[in-house]
Amino acid sequence: MARGTVLGRLGWRIGEVAGITAETPKVSSIAIDVPDWPGHLAGQHVDVRLSAEDGYQAQRSYSIASAPEDRRVTITVERLDDGEVSPYLVGELRDMDKIELRGPIGGFFVWRAPGDRPLLLIAGGSGVVPLMAMIRHRAAAHDRTPVRLLYSSRSFEDVIYREELERLAAADPSLDVRHTLTRSHPDGWRGYARRLDRQMIDDAAWPAQPAPAVFICGPTSFVEAAASLLVDHGYDPGWIKTERFGATGG
Amino acid sequence: MTVEQADMKLDGNAIGGLLAEIFNMEMTTAEGTCGGCGAVNAVGRVDVYVNAPGTVVRCPACGNVLMRIVHGRGRYWIDMSGIRTLELVEPA
Repeated sequence: MARGTVLGRLGWRIGEVAGITAETPKVSSIAIDVPDWPGHLAGQHVDVRLSAEDGYQAQRSYSIASAPEDRRVTITVERLDDGEVSPYLVGELRDMDKIELRGPIGGFFVWRAPGDRPLLLIAGGSGVVPLMAMIRHRAAAHDRTPVRLLYSSRSFEDVIYREELERLAAADPSLDVRHTLTRSHPDGWRGYARRLDRQMIDDAAWPAQPAPAVFICGPTSFVEAAASLLVDHGYDPGWIKTERFGATGG
Repeated sequence: MTVEQADMKLDGNAIGGLLAEIFNMEMTTAEGTCGGCGAVNAVGRVDVYVNAPGTVVRCPACGNVLMRIVHGRGRYWIDMSGIRTLELVEPA
């Protein structure tokens, strides 16, 4: 069986923070050394648990951003100001701090290289994280499955992984990255500048033959809009895998 | 349904950890048959609400409650009366 698919007992592990990278003003990536990490698949997530001295615990799920080929587990976290966990992870957490996590979790929203079908990835905001794990996995595995990423952000400054995506796409003609900015855009912006719509889906969608593999991740309303536009476009719902994150308080 | 209520809806991926605690297996690829309408869906595709006092899992086709899970005081209470069958892949 592939590495990362055997779950065994899902126990909590103590990892050590091995680097924090600010991706945008509200989003940071946290690289974690996890002893005896069993490996993961692109698209899986981990649960992170914080414990207060009085015993109170708060737990959230975060998608893994790093490729399975990476030695470290990296999560990318958006700080929600009224959240319980994310303001600690993005703002308080420091290098070499300990962090409690368990995983990898999930086997449904995953992609493995080599791909056998064209890949369409659609991201809303920090929904790009598990899709980035797929893009990084594809690059690390030297896989050339044609992939299109359609990525919606509020503004240019809010685009997570912007430079890495540019770099990867410049080096790989089979990786096609398309942005849309929904709230504001810089002068001379050449991408889309509106909410996801039918025209964007029609532009980005692969032909229905051979059947593409589709992964959509973002806020619930974004995911449902994107999936329903794809079905209207003629895609079979069975080709489309979605992962919603809702108003869960971060 | 307001946008805020609509955004309370998650999917089965969000309870992969909770279900693994209970079943000790990867569960998001398990397929459940709805006891209401007979629709078959992977757990990763079902609708999940975690803001109730507990976790409520509903059929994405008909809205029937498939499963309710309450976890507290060292116990799990699991109501699966809405699921007709659950098909799991044996770990290799």
